[in-house]
Amino acid sequence: MKDYTKHLASRVTSGGLSRREFMGRAMAAGMTLALADQLFTESAMAAEPKRGGHLKLGLEGGAATDSKDPAKFLSQFMFCVGRCWGDMLVESHPLTGAAVPALAESWEPSKDAATWTFKIRKGVKFHNGKDLTIDDVVATLNRHTDSKSESGALGVMKSIKEIKADGDNLVLTLTEGNADMPLLLSDYHLVIQPNGGKDDPLASIGTGPYKLVSFEPGVRATFERNKDDWRTDRGFVDSVEIIGMNDATARIAALSSGQVHYINRVDPKTVDLLKRAPNVEILSTAGRGHYVFIMHCNTAPFDNNDLRLALKYAMDRETMVKKILGGYGKVGNDFPINSTYALFPEGIEQRVYDPDKAAFHYKKSGHSGSVLLRTSEVAFPGAVDAAVLYQESCKKAGINIEVKREPGDGYWTNVWNVQPFSTSYWGGRPTQDQMYSTAYLSTADWNDTRFKRPDFDKLLLQARSELDEAKRKELYRTMAMMVRDEGGVILPMFNDFVNASTKQVKGYVHDIGNDMSNGYVATRVWLES
Amino acid sequence: MSDLQPSTVLPGLRFNQRFPLLSLIIERFLLSLVLLFAVSVLIFGGLEALPGDFATTYLGQSATPQAVANIRAELGLNRPVTTRYVEWLGNAVQGNFGTSWASKNSVSEQIGKRLGNSLFLAACAAVISVPLAVGLGMLAVHFRNRLPDKIINVISLAAISLPEFFIGYLLILFFGVKFGIATFPATVYDGMAFVDRLKAIALPTATLVLVVLAHMMRMTRAAILSVMSSAYMETAELKGLSAFRAIVKHAAPNALAPIINVVALNLAYLIVGVVVVEVVFVYPGMGQYMVDAVTVRDMPVVQACGLIFAAVYILLNMVADVLAIVANPRLRHPR
Repeated sequence: MKDYTKHLASRVTSGGLSRREFMGRAMAAGMTLALADQLFTESAMAAEPKRGGHLKLGLEGGAATDSKDPAKFLSQFMFCVGRCWGDMLVESHPLTGAAVPALAESWEPSKDAATWTFKIRKGVKFHNGKDLTIDDVVATLNRHTDSKSESGALGVMKSIKEIKADGDNLVLTLTEGNADMPLLLSDYHLVIQPNGGKDDPLASIGTGPYKLVSFEPGVRATFERNKDDWRTDRGFVDSVEIIGMNDATARIAALSSGQVHYINRVDPKTVDLLKRAPNVEILSTAGRGHYVFIMHCNTAPFDNNDLRLALKYAMDRETMVKKILGGYGKVGNDFPINSTYALFPEGIEQRVYDPDKAAFHYKKSGHSGSVLLRTSEVAFPGAVDAAVLYQESCKKAGINIEVKREPGDGYWTNVWNVQPFSTSYWGGRPTQDQMYSTAYLSTADWNDTRFKRPDFDKLLLQARSELDEAKRKELYRTMAMMVRDEGGVILPMFNDFVNASTKQVKGYVHDIGNDMSNGYVATRVWLES
Repeated sequence: MSDLQPSTVLPGLRFNQRFPLLSLIIERFLLSLVLLFAVSVLIFGGLEALPGDFATTYLGQSATPQAVANIRAELGLNRPVTTRYVEWLGNAVQGNFGTSWASKNSVSEQIGKRLGNSLFLAACAAVISVPLAVGLGMLAVHFRNRLPDKIINVISLAAISLPEFFIGYLLILFFGVKFGIATFPATVYDGMAFVDRLKAIALPTATLVLVVLAHMMRMTRAAILSVMSSAYMETAELKGLSAFRAIVKHAAPNALAPIINVVALNLAYLIVGVVVVEVVFVYPGMGQYMVDAVTVRDMPVVQACGLIFAAVYILLNMVADVLAIVANPRLRHPR
């Protein structure tokens, strides 16, 4: 085993093995997570990041309507732009998803997890030369929690009752205990700005590794390195250029001709073609985003748990991953959490395609006739194909699905969260609590399965303020079982984030937090000449 | 009737008779304004009819009802449609298109940049394609039904049959990826050197030229051919004029009207119809700008783009009509 890990480590050093691959193989060889992580870090350090060069990214998701105000970041493009120039108080560990210090050096909860004290880092300078102070932090959080705010983080922040400074420390008082508070502060909207960005939200002045030089919404953003960065382990290139490329073929052409170093959103249908290009590397990262078929638990005929179970057993998950995701994904188990989350409930039996069981429950439900499923290409890439595939696998269980293709324009307004059975997509959330609170709590605005269970809500609130990890894990397990066996969600797959780079790009971190190395791609990679 | 008419209608008639061209232009201009007004109603009404409003569409899955309500209140979306329309039109007439709801940038300023980019691309394509098309058309007529004519026809037919995104992809594949001699993507930005700008737009320009060339060329050819079959051309031939001279001197002027029309139509297309080309080549022009705005229902931007597109079309058509009349005096006196 020692030789094997040594071999792996040498491949890391030469840049041939990503962190994720390394960790996977080292752990398979019997190493513990902590040891593997340490070994990787050592090996990757040995790879000696090179400084200098001009990094070009071609990203999907930019639009002329993008705003420079962090509160209004929405697109993939702005997500990445924001990560270049700004810092949050907290970051998430790329591998475990746990909270790690950023502008907050450390933190301490009260016993009931309802009061949190954050120690703010000293000696950090904004791009305009001003020192970062506690006042800037307080002002930033105030701006995003104001009920009149249009911030995308408003939902995350609504549990904060009071924000105040205690000397150089930040004290947050919550309306209820929340053990995940630090992680919530890693939300990409919560970039710390001078005076919270209240003077000029569009100024793009932060504490990040790069300074914004020019920006044209939907077209291009350029950066130069921040020479006074408070960290030395990031920001390796001299300048960064992010170009908006919404056409998938254009991105692929730009990458394979070497005009850009990195592209996002590689279509699973064309990834095999791209693989053939000699200088290209496919970067596939397990993610938390998932494709779903949602049934309203309170609407006939889906108010019958046997029918819901029948429809769950009639889902052929393996085929879905193979055909719709081109293999770039993992099968789901009918609850919205996978192993990339901290405190993932392990050992829950994987539900598999079983026409007999489906037929059994279908018969027991007493339902007859066809079931209407609404879908659209905008629900997720390949949603219409997925619906037809599902129709086929249901047929074998004697269930007749009628697929109705809806126009993409207005799908999110007229179909999703309105019609009783439809296809949809969920992006990941930083914590299990947030995922469940957003879509499975009885009072959640987006309880798109109409899963309304007081006992579930109680467990969720209990887990939220529980600081004992073992107890928390157990609570999350019970909740997962409830959603899996009684909920209205059929969750066939978690999609990987599929990106690609030229072989010049080294040091890419497969961050489980979100796409594009959790948005940090430009700050983490370096260029081999 | 007959004794009433002279006193009421004659003054107008007199003006008409004295300045036939000027009165025609004025008439056309007024008509264009009415048309623009009608278009503005259509644009506004059409956007209102679209499903989903800005607040929900823009925030998407990350919206909370609170944030949605905040945005609606701030933008005054709760007010009646007619109030908002009148307000918008009043500002638009003064050249103020407001600020984008999404990015909070001035729409006029953004459009200035984008329209500049679009016009630059269109102008480059036009400078190459118009003379080329007319020249090739004349050449085709000169060699009609012989080899050069057939080659020109086959190639132009092939180019017009391929969708523009496909031509674009082919050009990218060969000149961008395989040979690596052309710049791709064609992103242009402020402060870019003029030479770099020209290099950047080489491929999209080539695509546009290929797309519009055939249409104009074939119209030129057909128009000249139809004139060629008329009696006075036969006379010219019998007089002993060379074939080329006959085409340039006698046939071409009489074929100008339809050619001008098709050129104007294609110019309008080059400015307002090239969304696909812009997307494929990652070119920051008007089309891309409008599509982005429609996606999130950013009304001020969509409305401004719609109005400008309509104005471009109307203006070019008007110019084409006037030019056609100038070229052919007979059209000045409608019977």
